[in-house]
Amino acid sequence: MLCRVVQMRRCAATLSQSINQAAAAAARHKHTLPELTYDYGALEPSINAEIMQLHHSKHHATYVNNLNVTEEKYQEALAKGDVTAQVALQPALRFNGGGHVNHTIFWTNLSPNGGGEPQGELMEAIKRDFGSFQTMKEKMSAATVAVQGSGWGWLGYDKESGRLRVAACSNQDPLQGTTGLIPLLGIDVWEHAYYLQYKNVRPDYVKAIWNVINWENVTERLQSAKK
Amino acid sequence: MLCRVGQMRRCAATLSQSINQAAAAAARHKHTLPDLTYDYGALEPSINAEIMQLHHSKHHATYVNNLNVTEEKYQEALAKGDVTAQVALQPALRFNGGGHVNHTIFWTNLSPNGGDEPQGELMEAIKRDFGSFQTMKEKMSAATVAVQGSGWGWLGYDKESGRLRVAACSNQDPLQGTTGLIPLLGIDVWEHAYYLQYKNVRPDYVKAIWNVINWENVTERLQSAKK
Repeated sequence: MLCRVVQMRRCAATLSQSINQAAAAAARHKHTLPELTYDYGALEPSINAEIMQLHHSKHHATYVNNLNVTEEKYQEALAKGDVTAQVALQPALRFNGGGHVNHTIFWTNLSPNGGGEPQGELMEAIKRDFGSFQTMKEKMSAATVAVQGSGWGWLGYDKESGRLRVAACSNQDPLQGTTGLIPLLGIDVWEHAYYLQYKNVRPDYVKAIWNVINWENVTERLQSAKK
Repeated sequence: MLCRVGQMRRCAATLSQSINQAAAAAARHKHTLPDLTYDYGALEPSINAEIMQLHHSKHHATYVNNLNVTEEKYQEALAKGDVTAQVALQPALRFNGGGHVNHTIFWTNLSPNGGDEPQGELMEAIKRDFGSFQTMKEKMSAATVAVQGSGWGWLGYDKESGRLRVAACSNQDPLQGTTGLIPLLGIDVWEHAYYLQYKNVRPDYVKAIWNVINWENVTERLQSAKK
């Protein structure tokens, strides 16, 4: 009789462990590479097909894979309450997580039907906070070109003041996590984003990218941000 | 008589100012782009000619030009004792100054007759501090590939301990100014250093560059560092 109780206890323990693992696995969201809504060559001549293909299927894909690996390790460290391990994983989480967040936004910010000028709510906000669309373009372009090393230029929304702001971040630091600003429009100036086509002439790339900006998407992001 | 004294005083003041300006201008060292001691195509197939030409004549040249401009502005701020202006110029000095220092070392670290293994004093130091040449290569390669964003991998000399160390720096942060280690061998992993040839596959570039390392130069740097 005691034998069977012990057996049942062991069985229950194993079952419990399996349930916990399943729960943990279920709780962990697995990130995936989002698809583009346009072909790799669709943004030519502003951004060429070779760049788009490498950028999406290699660079962004690597951030996604490494983010999943990092989150899995983080989950284990969290489960053990291991603070040292958690802190050690922070740079990888910031880098790969930021890389995934940033590029996911970026692909939606671009469109083969993009360019021109925004309208309605977004245009009003731009005129109010920068004086004119041209001034906003100049400020954002300048901040983006001036990034030292790898990073991004951003048009962000400051919820506190209700204003649009231009900002820049290093490496893959995500705008919202780093500054609190809600990202509306990003321009990637890691060299992989333009070098094959523009070589060292970053200003030419930043000038050309305005031709493929998806203002509808930027407007949607502003509307979401205001809620 | 008083008139002439006044005149003489003004003349002396102007003369003094001119002398100071001349002295300041003379004291300011103007940086120049160093020539390579080999053709742009000489390091093929490890690093191709297109990369070498852009890297040297565009990227490094820009650091040199911007460094000179920054140092001139800094001189003015210094002359006025303007601390705010000096601090504001620090990032540009670090970035362009570091860029110039780093690339100047880099060109000498490479050679079409390079590769294989070091000998003598340098090899002894490597064996002593890493166990073997292979281990040093592995450690330095790993640290270099792992740089997040733009930066450099380094083999440096720690004067305090008399030991060789592997290190990595971000952006154009110069090794010695940032860490105190004396730079012996650097590997540039800004994307402009390899992307045209290796695309996103940084590890392949870092693997190939060992074929063109100028061990004589690295040895000379070690001997200098020990003095």
